[in-house]
Amino acid sequence: MTAAESTIHVDALSKTFRVPVREAGLRAAAKSLVHREHKDVRAVEAVSFEIQAGEVVGFLGPNGAGKTTTLKMLAGLLYPTSGVVRVLGHVPSRRESVFLRQITMVMGNRNQLQWDLPALDSYELIRAIYRLPAEQFRETRDAFIELLDLGDQIRKPVRNLSLGERMKAEFVGALLHRPGVLYLDEPTIGLDVTMQKRIRSFVAEYNQQYGATVLLTSHYMADVEALCKRVIVIHHGRILFDGGLADLAARFDSTKTIGVTLRDGVADLSPYGDVIGTEDGKSTLRVPRADAPRITSRLLADLDVADLTIEDPPIEDVIELVFADASRAVDEARTAESAASPR
Amino acid sequence: MIARASVGVRAIASARALVDVYLTEIRIAIVEQFQYRVGNYLYMIGMVAEPVIYLVVWTTIANQQGGQVDGITAGDFAAYYIVWTLVRNMNIIFTPYGWEERIRQGELSGMLLRPIHPITWDLGYFAGWKFVVIVLWLPIAFVLGLLFHPVIDPTPLDIAVFGLAIWGAYLIRSVFYWTVGMITFWTTRVGPIFELFITAELLLSGRLVPLTLMPDWAQRLADVLPFKYSFYFPIEALVGNLSDQDLYAGLAMQLFWIVLGSVVVRIVWRFAVRKYGAVGN
Repeated sequence: MTAAESTIHVDALSKTFRVPVREAGLRAAAKSLVHREHKDVRAVEAVSFEIQAGEVVGFLGPNGAGKTTTLKMLAGLLYPTSGVVRVLGHVPSRRESVFLRQITMVMGNRNQLQWDLPALDSYELIRAIYRLPAEQFRETRDAFIELLDLGDQIRKPVRNLSLGERMKAEFVGALLHRPGVLYLDEPTIGLDVTMQKRIRSFVAEYNQQYGATVLLTSHYMADVEALCKRVIVIHHGRILFDGGLADLAARFDSTKTIGVTLRDGVADLSPYGDVIGTEDGKSTLRVPRADAPRITSRLLADLDVADLTIEDPPIEDVIELVFADASRAVDEARTAESAASPR
Repeated sequence: MIARASVGVRAIASARALVDVYLTEIRIAIVEQFQYRVGNYLYMIGMVAEPVIYLVVWTTIANQQGGQVDGITAGDFAAYYIVWTLVRNMNIIFTPYGWEERIRQGELSGMLLRPIHPITWDLGYFAGWKFVVIVLWLPIAFVLGLLFHPVIDPTPLDIAVFGLAIWGAYLIRSVFYWTVGMITFWTTRVGPIFELFITAELLLSGRLVPLTLMPDWAQRLADVLPFKYSFYFPIEALVGNLSDQDLYAGLAMQLFWIVLGSVVVRIVWRFAVRKYGAVGN
């Protein structure tokens, strides 16, 4: 896989912010007048990955992990401290017009349409800025409006729209120029389940129709499961995992979940594994991944089983486990560091 | 030859596209600002209070000194400050105070994602606002005229130069205030620097008093700074007795400051955007 082949090529990308620090209180405030102290915050550390054309990749991590900082470097909003980024063959930080015409970034908590005007007016401005041919513009706009079922909402001032309607209108505006690379930063944040689904299916359809490359951050695992075959997990600015969503569970969670429904009601299943829940006659067991086939055979042999399912644990649980592991590793490293430092 | 022709075609296409952007921005601003016509009117009335105070003070002084101050009559003062109200409103631009908000709210991130310089938006939007301002200004000017009896007798050339100069003033102010605003990329609170700048402008632009009433040293200083070309020159072009040569020279100086300011914006922007943090926005 070479840089020339990849739509997004990231190599040893780092971003360090220099931030002022001072203790609380008047004394510290007075001290800071003559001597300002700073510290370097490493938001992203030596991150490397490749994304191919048409891929939809989930970029996961807890708050402050470095997801948004990375996306902003890929979009040309931030200058990297070090490392190499190329998107569609361009260096994003140069912010060349030809590059900006091929990307978009949707930020779930930010509004980029004119607040006091109907979205239609903002779309006109987007048409002019991206120099879209009138016919292509109308065709794309109308298709997206229909796909997102926006109807007459685009004729209301944006401030009068609900959050979900606004987000849909944002999506139309962000994709009118048919970008080849989409950075979606928490696009479904705060939306109800129906609206989340609508946005997801729209993104999936756009990806299919235009072969666009999508990098998505979301705290809603449903977004990731619905759209992404591949995920990149980042924590404390470093990549912990880059691979298939299915492989994430295999790598970080050594368990499987077995759901058992018995014909004659509920029985004590604790001899077979950890019972993590019982609902509507169905018991859920957590068992070591390697033992799952053997335990399943035992359950079928020993009990009158009406239904049995074997699943990977929910992705939310796996992610939680990944972050917990990573935090533990960081804590251990810090403890080791402080023990080694001279006193 | 063919290559040169294709470069020419591309340049024309770019210019047409840019005009399209500006016209769309202007239209958006007009639509938006007409929605807030009451708010705009109140804003203008508040803004008119400033020159009316100056006008009352100078008219009183002129009347106490036998009808004029340094050759400027009460009618001249009235003309100066009534035209002032239009020039001041034409000079409404994106202020440095707005930068802090723009950066904090993440609005700048959205602007940076677009394949067009963010100053384009400010220039187009505030230019559109002017058309609303002019419509709203007319009745205010009429009332002020009835109250203060301005003496004004412009030639067609004065009017033509004034028409150009008020837009020149707008551009000069836009580029220099943009430059001051970009200091926000280096320091969080740009307010005190802005206050210094606005004080210098107040004294050396003819906004506070006509420059001819200022000491010689202040007038000489004003000659080498851009401020007077964003207030004093456009007003004088219409109400003063500038010769044709002075009018053309004034326009040339406006052009000089616009070009210089644009170059400064371009250079500072290159460094400023590298400082953009965009954390959490």
